[in-house]
Amino acid sequence: MAEEKIRVLIAKPGLDGHDRGAKVVARALRDAGMEVIYTGLRQTPEMIAEAALQEDVDVVGLSILSGAHMALLPKTVQLLREKGLDHVLVVAGGIIPDEDVPKLKEAGIAEVFGPGTSTQTIVEYIRNKVAEIRRSRKNA
Amino acid sequence: MFDKEALEKIKERQEQWEETTLQQWLARLPERDELFRNLSDMPIARLYTPADIPDFDYLEELGFPGEYPFTRGIHATMYRGRLWTMRMFSGYGSAEETNERFKYLLKHGETGLSVAFDTPTLYGYDTDDPMAEGEFGKCGVAVSSLADMEILFDGIPLDKVTTSMTINAPAAILWAMYLVVAEKRGIPWTKIGGTIQNDILKEYIAQKEFVFPPKPSMRLIVDTFEFGAKYVPKWNTISISGYHIREAGATAVQELAFTLYDGFEYVKAGIERGLDVDEFAPRLSFFFNAHNDFFEEIAKFRAARRIWAREMRNRFGAKDPRSWWLRFHTQTAGCTLTAQQPENNIVRVAIQALAAVLGGTQSLHTNSMDEALALPSELAVRIALRTQQIIAHETGVVNTIDPLGGSYYVEYLTRKMEEAAYEYFRKIDAMGGMIAAIEKGFPQKEIADAAYRYQKEIDEKKRIIVGVNEYVSDEPITIPIHKIDPEGERRHRERLARVRRERDNERVRQCLERLRNAAQDERENLMPYILDCVRAYATLGEMMKVLREVFGEYREPIII
Repeated sequence: MAEEKIRVLIAKPGLDGHDRGAKVVARALRDAGMEVIYTGLRQTPEMIAEAALQEDVDVVGLSILSGAHMALLPKTVQLLREKGLDHVLVVAGGIIPDEDVPKLKEAGIAEVFGPGTSTQTIVEYIRNKVAEIRRSRKNA
Repeated sequence: MFDKEALEKIKERQEQWEETTLQQWLARLPERDELFRNLSDMPIARLYTPADIPDFDYLEELGFPGEYPFTRGIHATMYRGRLWTMRMFSGYGSAEETNERFKYLLKHGETGLSVAFDTPTLYGYDTDDPMAEGEFGKCGVAVSSLADMEILFDGIPLDKVTTSMTINAPAAILWAMYLVVAEKRGIPWTKIGGTIQNDILKEYIAQKEFVFPPKPSMRLIVDTFEFGAKYVPKWNTISISGYHIREAGATAVQELAFTLYDGFEYVKAGIERGLDVDEFAPRLSFFFNAHNDFFEEIAKFRAARRIWAREMRNRFGAKDPRSWWLRFHTQTAGCTLTAQQPENNIVRVAIQALAAVLGGTQSLHTNSMDEALALPSELAVRIALRTQQIIAHETGVVNTIDPLGGSYYVEYLTRKMEEAAYEYFRKIDAMGGMIAAIEKGFPQKEIADAAYRYQKEIDEKKRIIVGVNEYVSDEPITIPIHKIDPEGERRHRERLARVRRERDNERVRQCLERLRNAAQDERENLMPYILDCVRAYATLGEMMKVLREVFGEYREPIII
């Protein structure tokens, strides 16, 4: 039986209008055979968590270039977990200084993809991680 | 310009050359690629000669600087008379910190100011609005009321320095704040100069900092045209911007075409209001991006001037030559900056800035090397400014006007850019104009496609970005990273609370009510009402809330 398609929610938290990266990544994931839902702009953490629940996604990709990541990303993860979405892989991309990355990882962001990351890197990362998560859920 | 006989000879000799010298050379050393293309995906030939522009007409296509069609420049002496304005886009944290940065830049030879506002300000929210969470001072300076604006421009001579403000949906309000600061200092509005970006169409297309739907947005913009023409004659009431379109992933051709078409829409809107085109068109200004492909950028700037002059004269019947001028600011391309080996960005910026100067820009912002990492440090911004000063004072490119004019390649490319722009104009015309095209998602889709193609080329190494997909190094980044003062937000919030407490709140209520009534009546120009609200220290968020309630909010079609 074919492996179930990976479902990804790409979201833009906060007031940041820079959506080039989000759209490019959304398209690359789609071309790689994933099902991609793009929320559009100006999403609050609540809206993103709700969309993740409704769409039953495996992955949430948060794109943020405004500098508000420390306020918005940990909160989004927390809301996802509160909704029982413990298995959802959360990754981020954008202008995020190196020194913030460990703090974001501690807050539950699995990986941060900075400027210059190839879309192939992101595709492979998501494929591997989701496969891992699916395996461990099956075995659980 | 080239006589037929001479052209025939050139063609003949070129064929000979291809069969002999070139063939021998290629046999020994094949070219690195089968096809060379620029960033707009146009094929670029090995060599350009007069045969590539056989019907080239100097007087028709280039003319003389300061004269129609202005291809060579809008001023008769260009940089021999006056250098471009060195205008560094800056803003972060609180008004105090940004004011300090302005003074630092002016001390180091900057000749004009350019304000970056934070995202809550750009969307018309006060800092204490729940929507503003986490965003204070991150992308620019926070301005919630006149009190912040007074501090932002403290000690800056508004009658001597011009100020550009990157503000769109709430442009009329921030402009009113600036005008009231001048008024309170006794500086007449006729003496102040500057620019508000005020270009909402490119927000729908690319930058996405829209608030209201197109119709009331266009009304507000025309209100500023009308008001500016009457009371603030040296102010550029709009900066029609391709910069953000390009940053969103557009090609040079798309940037050129969509920006100029936006310009046509603003001119149409002004005329529809009943304004005489020559009354407001001289105050329309432009803002372009300077990206990596050097000659393509130069051709883009030259084509832009020629198209604008022609369309203003022929399509819109403008008679004042100043209405035909395409005056523009340029910013080097932020999207080309790399987080890897950030020092390399200094070189990218220098080359891009040189293209802007060779393209005849009126003012220039050079990006700082650290902008793919954080807001610029003092060191980084000083090097960026010095880059402009080196171009101006050391390279000699300023000594003659349009030094690349007459290059077979540049003239060929200028024509090609122009032709490609007109192709887009025809498509958008057929859709019923830019607003209809935006509602269909047309420019957004074109840009997203181009952005994706560009990224794929990088991922597949068809396009080399030094330090990113080639010449990679994993040495740690050692340049200093700028930090904003965490105290700034507290200071700002306290000031905002004090303003709300100490102002005459009954007067504020009345001013806001009058603004609401005026907004509901399409015949009213809103500027005087906004100015009254500002004078009473109504906050940005309060004014925008009133306008949001009357005008509604725009929801964009989601295009991937």
